[in-house]
Amino acid sequence: MSQPNISEPAVPGRAVAAGAARPRPAGGTARRDSWVRRLPLLPALVYVFLITQIPFALTVYYSLFSWNLLRPGSFQFAGLQNYAAVLSESSTRIAIANTVVLTLFAVAIAVVIGVAIALLLNGEIFGKGVLRTLIIGPFLVMPTAAALIWKDTLLNPIFGLVAYVLTPVGLGHVDWVNRFPMAAIVTIEVWRWTPFMMLIVLAGLQSQNLETLEAARVDGANTISTFRYITLPFIRPFVELGALLGSLFIVQTFDSIYMITQGGPGQATTNIPFLLYLVAFQGFDVGKASAIGVFSVVLTMIVASFALRTLFTIFHVEARR
Amino acid sequence: MSIAARRRHRAPHGGSRLLWSVVGWVVAILFFFPVLWMALEAFKSEPQAASIPPTILFTPTLDQFQAVLARDFPPFFINSAIATIGSTLLVLVLGLPAAYALAVRPIKRARDALFFFISTRFLPFAASLVPLYILARDLHMLDNIFALVAIYTTINLPLGVWLLRSFLLEIPNDLFEAARVDGAGFVEELTRVVLPLVTPGLAATSLICLIFAWNEFFYAVNLTSSIAATSPIFLVGFISGRGLFYAKLSAAAMLCSLPVLLAGWIAQKQLIRGLTMGAVK
Repeated sequence: MSQPNISEPAVPGRAVAAGAARPRPAGGTARRDSWVRRLPLLPALVYVFLITQIPFALTVYYSLFSWNLLRPGSFQFAGLQNYAAVLSESSTRIAIANTVVLTLFAVAIAVVIGVAIALLLNGEIFGKGVLRTLIIGPFLVMPTAAALIWKDTLLNPIFGLVAYVLTPVGLGHVDWVNRFPMAAIVTIEVWRWTPFMMLIVLAGLQSQNLETLEAARVDGANTISTFRYITLPFIRPFVELGALLGSLFIVQTFDSIYMITQGGPGQATTNIPFLLYLVAFQGFDVGKASAIGVFSVVLTMIVASFALRTLFTIFHVEARR
Repeated sequence: MSIAARRRHRAPHGGSRLLWSVVGWVVAILFFFPVLWMALEAFKSEPQAASIPPTILFTPTLDQFQAVLARDFPPFFINSAIATIGSTLLVLVLGLPAAYALAVRPIKRARDALFFFISTRFLPFAASLVPLYILARDLHMLDNIFALVAIYTTINLPLGVWLLRSFLLEIPNDLFEAARVDGAGFVEELTRVVLPLVTPGLAATSLICLIFAWNEFFYAVNLTSSIAATSPIFLVGFISGRGLFYAKLSAAAMLCSLPVLLAGWIAQKQLIRGLTMGAVK
């Protein structure tokens, strides 16, 4: 940086005060000052850069090679063959479809229930604090632990509690996990992520200006139109943020699939992360697994760019307030 | 806004308040039920845990916890603790100075740096698994807990930087100015001004690091096997359980979940801010 160092301060007052306290240095001093300022950032930046970008570069590199870990010396340049193979195989298409179905359904249902619970907890009801404490439980339980509890003690067709409870309506002894594998995984992910959505939306609701609501009421707006025209637009960025962050996490679902269905029966619950795991650690096909990895990065980055935009919007709203 | 106005707006009649309260409690209990059931099953004997109809009233026993602890559970728990505490400390040590550089006297292109950090958090884990596995293999770091420490630090550092920055932005500038007038350097400023005021931020960051590192399964299951295996890996042994094992499974699941469950409940206020990287308070 050759310019004298005046980085845009977050708050105007800061620059003025700094100028008053210390005359602005010029030339070499400024250059040194700018490096001194950057110094605290460097360890973290370098660390994250190395541990995320080297593997990513290697993924791209490996994806261009035919390499099976079980066959020493099989490392050969393959051009785009891995990509061609990955795109032409039905297992990839199934995994993409499963990922989309799982993510869309889990996020959509979790958002709807999460918003409903947030509205409930934002109203006047007894024991709000306790209710919130209970509801965030599912999000905090270790996902692998929760997966086994669901599979064995709740959904097991013989000993499961769900089978017992549903026997009077003729649905006892249904093998939920094997007959409706995707629905079972979606249910468990919804159970886990609803509290997350609820927390974000509840925080949004609690920052709502009550005077606006009061004004609407005085103007004769009823509950539904107040919700439709005032509350809903207000909480929209929070809902969007929850949905987008949730998508980024749920796209990566692995724990519950590994613990409950192992991607099956057949390929019924194999999503992209699980397919990559199978190709890499059952097939030991590094090239193909890497191609799937590159593919998943591209897909994720599309969702992530929306998430980042929303995140920055909320930061700006918060800053203005 | 006055309390009176708030009351006027919010006060529904007693009847509807009772109705919504009942709805709220039913929903909350439904959501919490699997957690509660796990806790109940953990204190039963094996036949009680798998009985039909389900056993509701029973004399609690600690047998299953004893059985789990007598098996090889403790090393898994200790590995989880090392991976979590190690990576959390690294996140704080690396993250706080970085957040300072991005918040207190923001450098040029601070926004780009923030963007870079957070975009790495959204890279799919799966995409870096194969190279990390091969790197770990070549560096003789497979089944080594420090490989997990390094990876969990990377996962949590972006969140830590964002979160700590949001807390640093709240410290009034006058305090920094006063310290600078007194001739305080960077280190002094950090220890005298920042540290005492940013304690809630450190707590929130530690909580989020704890949740993500303690519960992490994908890298753990693929990069460790026996020596460095963490507590979720212990649960893998229950996947193809035969015979009576529900009570033991529940006890193990309880022990694995308890640290995050307790921390999350205690620090509920920090949870939401942490999960949204400081965007939502």
